[in-house]
Amino acid sequence: MRLHEYQAKQIFSKHGIKTPRGEIAETPEEVRKIAEKLGGKVVVKAQVLVGGRGKAGGIKKVDKAEEAEKVTSQLLGSLIKGHRVDRVLVEEILDIQKEYYLGYVVDKSKRMSTVIFSKVGGMDIEELASKHPGEIHKIHFDPLWGLQDYQIRKGLFKAGFSGDEFKEMFRLIRTLSDIAYKYEAELTEINPLVVTNNGFVAADARLNIDDNAIFRHPELETLRDATEVDELEREARLKGINYVRIGGDIGIIANGAGLAMTTMDLIQVMGGKPANFLDTGGGLADPIKMKACLEHVLKDGNVKVVFINIFAEITRCEKVAEGIILALDEMKRKVPLVFKLVGTNEEIGRNMLNKYAKEKGTPIYFVETIEEGAKKAVELADGV
Amino acid sequence: MAILVDENTKVIVQGITGFQGSFQTKRMLDYGTKVVGGVSPGKVGSEVHGVPVFNTVEEAVEATGANTSIIYVPARFAYDAILEAFDAELDLVVCVTEGIPLYDEMKVHKRLKEVKSMLLGPNCPGVISPGKSKVGLLPDRCFKPGNLGIVSRSGTLTYQIAENLTKAGIGQSTVVGIGGDPMPGLTFVDVLKMFEDDDETKAVVLVGEIGGSAEEEAAKFIKKMSKPVVAFIAGRTAPPGKRMGHAGAIIEGSTGTAESKIEALRDAGVVVAEKLFDIVNEIRRVMEK
Repeated sequence: MRLHEYQAKQIFSKHGIKTPRGEIAETPEEVRKIAEKLGGKVVVKAQVLVGGRGKAGGIKKVDKAEEAEKVTSQLLGSLIKGHRVDRVLVEEILDIQKEYYLGYVVDKSKRMSTVIFSKVGGMDIEELASKHPGEIHKIHFDPLWGLQDYQIRKGLFKAGFSGDEFKEMFRLIRTLSDIAYKYEAELTEINPLVVTNNGFVAADARLNIDDNAIFRHPELETLRDATEVDELEREARLKGINYVRIGGDIGIIANGAGLAMTTMDLIQVMGGKPANFLDTGGGLADPIKMKACLEHVLKDGNVKVVFINIFAEITRCEKVAEGIILALDEMKRKVPLVFKLVGTNEEIGRNMLNKYAKEKGTPIYFVETIEEGAKKAVELADGV
Repeated sequence: MAILVDENTKVIVQGITGFQGSFQTKRMLDYGTKVVGGVSPGKVGSEVHGVPVFNTVEEAVEATGANTSIIYVPARFAYDAILEAFDAELDLVVCVTEGIPLYDEMKVHKRLKEVKSMLLGPNCPGVISPGKSKVGLLPDRCFKPGNLGIVSRSGTLTYQIAENLTKAGIGQSTVVGIGGDPMPGLTFVDVLKMFEDDDETKAVVLVGEIGGSAEEEAAKFIKKMSKPVVAFIAGRTAPPGKRMGHAGAIIEGSTGTAESKIEALRDAGVVVAEKLFDIVNEIRRVMEK
């Protein structure tokens, strides 16, 4: 779960990391009032979960409260790299002397926690890595022993820190890794970490929590609502369906993540565009689950045809067919279905669907391979 | 020879009295796997499909001489179950459970370095040496004995690929699902090393997907391999920043893209198939050489 900048800053601030004075707002009027309180000169930052916001026009510096109100009315409801802006963060403008970088990740290839910092900041870590590889410092540490003081000291001395900056940076590294462990973060980042006359301030904040660990942090669940932009993806999660919107016109349902991705890829190879990724997960023995999946895919109005690719194993094909028929029965919109249904009791499943298709006039095409199915789906999408 | 499991593998099932554990025990027994015991705390003395149940892994191992364990316990208890299996000094621990927290997995890896056990998974379908033994939930009908090794990050996609190969007459020495999590126990490189040393394996199919850098690391090792490798990478059309079903299947920044993996593998001389049927054709070509 990726938190918004303002949510991450609230957590940082609670743990003693300095953040700019500011408030979150949902209307231009609120923004004007906040800007007035902050003295007029403010930065208005769109709260969208996408990198490169600034370059995409999501961050505006203004001199007066009226201007803040005006830029906000333009920002709210607009799309930044495809993400709709629902809220903005209004903050004081910092007196920037220098910009540093501080981050933490679970390094998945080393299988260790890693603190990353640099005296070069203000660009994303990948740009930093390619432009100034020598300026990036890392501290890998053991998840059981935890981060030791000597490791922080060693890293900071190597990077050339001294005096007050050494002390502040030491405290920040300690705090950030404590936050990471407390919330089980996959990644957390302060970039830029701004050096001002009043010390170090977190000008931006990222905090991504491990989804598999949310059950141990129920207090974070309430933050989630604000972090999901795509309504269909949000709904899918609540229904327990693995769904990602891709944007094309061929709907996909498959049982298995690798199988679903491959179905998408083959549709593109055949010249089409997938509308979504959908992995039903296990437990397709329940027709209700299959029904929910088909209904969900068809909620996307762009979908012209659905390719259902089920490798039935434990799953029995007649249960899959039952679910599909249940969904079709309640559906107003009729789209053709391409079906790869192979496995236990496939004949029974196919017969049920064929019979239904004849009675109700819903076109259902059976295919033997994924390649054949992808080709058929593309033809149907182009022809409709 | 095969790798990881064979006719001598003796398996215990952790979580044997649960729905999945009991169901899969039956299926493994039907395949001929020597399932010798199960573990379910507090249920000692009972039986599941004729298999005796013990309170602890240690007791089960002492009574049965098991060398392998398969774990079917829920995500929040899986960490404990894995450590218990390590403690009993099993050769191989297969963890099927999906959704184990990242910090638990990180700690498991720390412990893994100190013990003699190998870990397959988590979030994996297990391993099958066709005709010899199956420790996992791979569907029997997709496999037959032969000389091809398969190693993969996914489940049903692997079954589909194996089924295509089996139907084309190409059998397998061993098929290994390393799982869809970002920090698997056995990696592509570990399994490729075993295939390289296995007399029965003549060629290998590697099934990768977006996310992480396991395929890039595999490519480095493949350069040193004598046996031919054919690869397939799922997720060429996946958008960045979105988790595609598996915890590990996510493009982060410019890391984990299909392009990067395909390029690294091609650079190592691997044929990367675009369609599933190309895998069959390529394997036929390299195995006939």
